Amino acid sequence: MSAEGPSLARRRVMMALPLAGAGVVGAAFWGMLSGMQKGSFNPHDINAPSTGRPVPDFAVTDQTPGVGFSSHDLQAITTPVLINFFASWCIPCIAEMPQLLKLRDRLPIWGIAYKDKPDNAAGFLRHAGNPYARIGSDFEGRVAIDWGVSGVPESFLIAPGGKIVWHGAAGLNNDEVQNALDAALGQTKR
Amino acid sequence: MFQRGRHASVALAAMLFLAPVLASAVDDPSEMLPDPKQEAQAEAIGSQLRCLVCQNESIEDSSAGLARDLRKVVREHVAKGESQQQVIAWMVSRYGDFIRLSPPVTVATLLLWGMPALALLAGIIGAVVIFRKKPQAAPLTDEERARLEELSRER
Repeated sequence: MSAEGPSLARRRVMMALPLAGAGVVGAAFWGMLSGMQKGSFNPHDINAPSTGRPVPDFAVTDQTPGVGFSSHDLQAITTPVLINFFASWCIPCIAEMPQLLKLRDRLPIWGIAYKDKPDNAAGFLRHAGNPYARIGSDFEGRVAIDWGVSGVPESFLIAPGGKIVWHGAAGLNNDEVQNALDAALGQTKR
Repeated sequence: MFQRGRHASVALAAMLFLAPVLASAVDDPSEMLPDPKQEAQAEAIGSQLRCLVCQNESIEDSSAGLARDLRKVVREHVAKGESQQQVIAWMVSRYGDFIRLSPPVTVATLLLWGMPALALLAGIIGAVVIFRKKPQAAPLTDEERARLEELSRER
């Protein structure tokens, strides 16, 4: 009896277990990949710590064709402002530009050129359009680190008084990101 | 996310071709601190910090621009005489726990850290259950008993 080895039922379980395991892993990967396509899953959307905090101490120098700003300017705002990190070398930044140009009518946008030569950033805004009320240059990329930025484009919604109330680590041309921003904006106005 | 993707793929290609040649991707020797003791400390800290562009590489291993900037920051803090905890806390306050390649033990990560012990325990329990359930031999039928007696008598 024992010479027959494991029973048929047990052998079937042993056959099925690795297959079931591979199936679960496959389903999980499929979920992640389709989520990345739809925008509901973003592996780069990593930093929660900045939300709910005051803006970090910083200052960015003037970037043609705009005027730079600092944490003091953000602490003094009386209506919400969107901070948008961008760069001329960043393709998703071009893709979100039409959205920013539409958004600026109802929400002032202050831009920060991230690790970008001032001439290149100025040329980019000449061609793609300029949605920014104020523009600063962060050529060294050090201001971005204080904000917890890991790439461009990234946007932060600042409430009056200089508090960060929302952060998005993807282009605003994505519907889910846009909806999240609108929801956060609605809350600051309430 | 083009920039990130491009950095990641460039880093991947570089890794594939240069991995045997380059142990560390500190691109430029001028990045290194003059004091070898401090440089060693900075490397020890940097190897615990995730490059947020390539995500599974430490900032010491990555050649992404952000990794280079973060390496510079780490070295500035080390040169000022800050401890490992202080530098890592500075990073975590900006990028969250995700920047640590080894997550801290919190309520949220308890299951993660406890998993090896839980897996071992599950294995032991499984083994005990399986080995206890040794198949019992079926009692002999009348026929078999008669045959057994016959065989024993022949001796």
